[in-house]
Amino acid sequence: MNRLVDRRLSGKNRSAVNRQRFLRRFKAQIRKAASEVVSGRKVTDLERGEKISIPSKDLSEPIFHHGPGGRRNIVLPGNRDFVTGDRVDRPEGGGGTGSGGGPADESMDDFVFELSKEEFMDYFFQDLALPDLVKKQLAAVPEVKKARAGFVSQGNPSNLHVVRSMKQAIGRRLAMAAGPRDALREAEEKLAELEANGLGASTEADELREEIASFKARLAAVPFIDTWDLRYANRVDQPTPSSQAVMFCLMDVSGSMDEDRKNIAKRFFMLLYLFLTKSYERIDVVFIRHHTVAKEVDEEDFFSSRESGGTVVSSALELMHDIVRERYPSANWNIYAAQASDGDNWENDSPRCRELLLQSILPLTQYFAYVEIEAEEPQSLWHEYERVKAASSRFAMQRILTLEDIYPVFRELFRKKVA
Amino acid sequence: MEPEMESDIAPSPPATSRQPLSEGSEWSFELLDRYDREIARVAAHYGLDTYPSQIEIITSEQMIDAYSSVGMPVGYHHWSYGKQFLATQKGYKRGQMGLAYEIVINSSPCIAYLMEENTVTMQALVIAHAAYGHNSFFKGNYLFRTWTDAEGILDYLVFARNYIADCEQRHGEEAVEELLDSCHALMNLGVDRYKRPTRLSMAKEQLRQTEREAYLQSQVNDLWRTLPTRQAAGQEKLAARFPSEPQENLLYFIEKNAPRLEPWQREIVRIVRKIAQYFYPQRQTQVMNEGWATFWHYTLLNHLYEEGKLTDGFMMEFLQSHTNVVYQPPYNNRHYNGINPYALGFAMFTDLRRICEHPTEEDHRWFPELAGSDWVKSLDFAMRNFKDESFIAQYLSPKLIRDFKLFTMVDDDTEEKLEITAIHDDAGYRAVRQQLAEQYNLGNREPNIQVYEVDVFGDRSLSLRHYMHDRRPLGESTPEMLRHVARLWGYTVRIDSVDQDGVSHMTAVSEV
Repeated sequence: MNRLVDRRLSGKNRSAVNRQRFLRRFKAQIRKAASEVVSGRKVTDLERGEKISIPSKDLSEPIFHHGPGGRRNIVLPGNRDFVTGDRVDRPEGGGGTGSGGGPADESMDDFVFELSKEEFMDYFFQDLALPDLVKKQLAAVPEVKKARAGFVSQGNPSNLHVVRSMKQAIGRRLAMAAGPRDALREAEEKLAELEANGLGASTEADELREEIASFKARLAAVPFIDTWDLRYANRVDQPTPSSQAVMFCLMDVSGSMDEDRKNIAKRFFMLLYLFLTKSYERIDVVFIRHHTVAKEVDEEDFFSSRESGGTVVSSALELMHDIVRERYPSANWNIYAAQASDGDNWENDSPRCRELLLQSILPLTQYFAYVEIEAEEPQSLWHEYERVKAASSRFAMQRILTLEDIYPVFRELFRKKVA
Repeated sequence: MEPEMESDIAPSPPATSRQPLSEGSEWSFELLDRYDREIARVAAHYGLDTYPSQIEIITSEQMIDAYSSVGMPVGYHHWSYGKQFLATQKGYKRGQMGLAYEIVINSSPCIAYLMEENTVTMQALVIAHAAYGHNSFFKGNYLFRTWTDAEGILDYLVFARNYIADCEQRHGEEAVEELLDSCHALMNLGVDRYKRPTRLSMAKEQLRQTEREAYLQSQVNDLWRTLPTRQAAGQEKLAARFPSEPQENLLYFIEKNAPRLEPWQREIVRIVRKIAQYFYPQRQTQVMNEGWATFWHYTLLNHLYEEGKLTDGFMMEFLQSHTNVVYQPPYNNRHYNGINPYALGFAMFTDLRRICEHPTEEDHRWFPELAGSDWVKSLDFAMRNFKDESFIAQYLSPKLIRDFKLFTMVDDDTEEKLEITAIHDDAGYRAVRQQLAEQYNLGNREPNIQVYEVDVFGDRSLSLRHYMHDRRPLGESTPEMLRHVARLWGYTVRIDSVDQDGVSHMTAVSEV
């Protein structure tokens, strides 16, 4: 006899362990693929999973098999016009048709699968060598606080709202008692009339007395408080970050900034953005690129364009200052800035940058982070910035050779958040 | 698939008045139960002998899970199953592939999975296909009867999973994973092709396992204990070769003789070997197994239709799905990916029935004993006593060769062109049939590799020998494979490719 069994409710995800084993086994390859993916993403686009593709030859499971060559007999279906003894050319790619290999193999070159958001962030963090506490802080769901949101008829006892419940009870009692009370008053008036007319012993009066008694009983039966009356204070979760921030990305796009350096700069901007998303509800991102003149651009231009010529850093700082004054009054906005450069600057411009920072920009901003990517020798800009750093706690700077060097720039920033 | 083949047994308009089991496409448990009873009744009418079956309704997610553990209801953990899972999940999510409608497990009770998303028609099809078709094949076919123990397998898999999990705890996941990688790579060389296996059972396994560990280790030590003593030169020559004759089961040989494996490692080699052995019959009977199941879902549901139990809508949906399954694209089609085992198997069983019921003059010449016999008995006999290779050699009829337009071709690397050696004509039938049967001989498809010699008195190296067939060489994976063998053996491993005349063509060595 056959049995029908409903298994739908007994656990899914039986393969979760095997999936984890797979990810662990090919950590290196996945990490490489994930970092390639990051380069293709927008600065503000980190909060989703990703399709990862790794070459399938890296994860093949080998078996002993025959190679090409020798003599093979092949049986094929669907003959059209061959007759025995025909000789035909080998199909392209050699090896003969059939016997397993088909055109389907072409799309099999890459093994493609999806990483969840958490897994993806993990690989992103690994590259940047973030401390665990910070990882946790960034990956965590934003904190919420409870906010009042009126009253509801269901809830837990600790949220019971007594005044509201009593009001509700009064209303219900009034409504429930209104009918019998009117009838009672009428009956009492009639009885009083009868008694006044000396008919107090008549059957009619007795009936009225009975009626009065039943009305009184009905009134007495109206409960003082009922489960219907209970009202609970309603509280809903509201995310705590409730203010807004603007993030300025400043980058040198003179000829010496090549793709690799831009990619490092991009991680740097991404990390700052990620940090800000955890603290602020609304974030604007402003991209400013500069060589000898600065220009506000969209993200695509920011990372893709390349200009030749000299470098005047102060032009970007000035533009940033103008934009802040026009669009982001510091009373309403938290202002963050991240600047990436290879350290080149026009010699006489560097002191001006220091002045601009100390006098105009730093007083307005929460944090200004500067990275110098793969620079050979510290130049004038670095020396001037070191003086800025000595003068302000809101300024951080770092020379970067690998991705792992990025995090120290933010150390102060993250520490504030933790405290 | 040729249209006239279908029409041979296409349902005739039902004579009786219709009283369908259901009208809509939604299924419910009561409805499935009714379908199952009806199908069981008809199956009994045709004399199908089955294990009791357990039909489990699962979600598509669970189906992906089941899929990725290669049909084992309980599996140990390994990354390759995770890889399988990711691939299946991706394909399914993007709609690139539908999930199989069913997975059926050769156990008693026979477990068949149905997906909750399917319509009642598909569920009925799957019940007929898996719970009666495959099920009766598992119970009846001689290979399954000899090699697998349907009652013991679930217990054994549970034992295997627990044992391997235990090893991971004791020796670390990495160590176990490395070992499993190597064993999986050699799985195809881990089967006895001729020797009968012992029965599997959890109780016995556990009882003997500890005992065996100690015993095996002592045996191995014995073999090598003679090593340090210097032998006289003459004696060395005379010393018996080890192994005395070539061994086909590489994993078995490693389990028993690898000098440096620890007891738990031997046990894991054994587990992989046992599982390989369990799946070996399925690899040898793909065409028959699928053909048999497809033939019976087709026959059983048509029988119900003729009784008026199924609606026309039901049959349309069923036939649409059925014809998709048995479609055979021609060799030059973009979708061609080898001969479709469903198509070939279904066509052969259908054709067998035709030969029994309506033999032509040609059939009388080719199958004198079959023509005109009782088809139910003849099919049952065919199902029980053959594997793909012999089934095709015995039963592929000229009519089918014509229907499929089969032809054979020789690809010889010493010739400039491919040669068409036989086609579907009088002169070619036998050659085509023989070549097609050869194509299903696992011994020809996989390289024939045997354990040839162990240098017991020297560097303990292991020599494998690849006996070449038709000068076919080994593929490019050989060096990597040798590293896997060497990892298990613990000393140098070499392989020689030897042709029919004993001339060595290629030697590869993996040193440790």
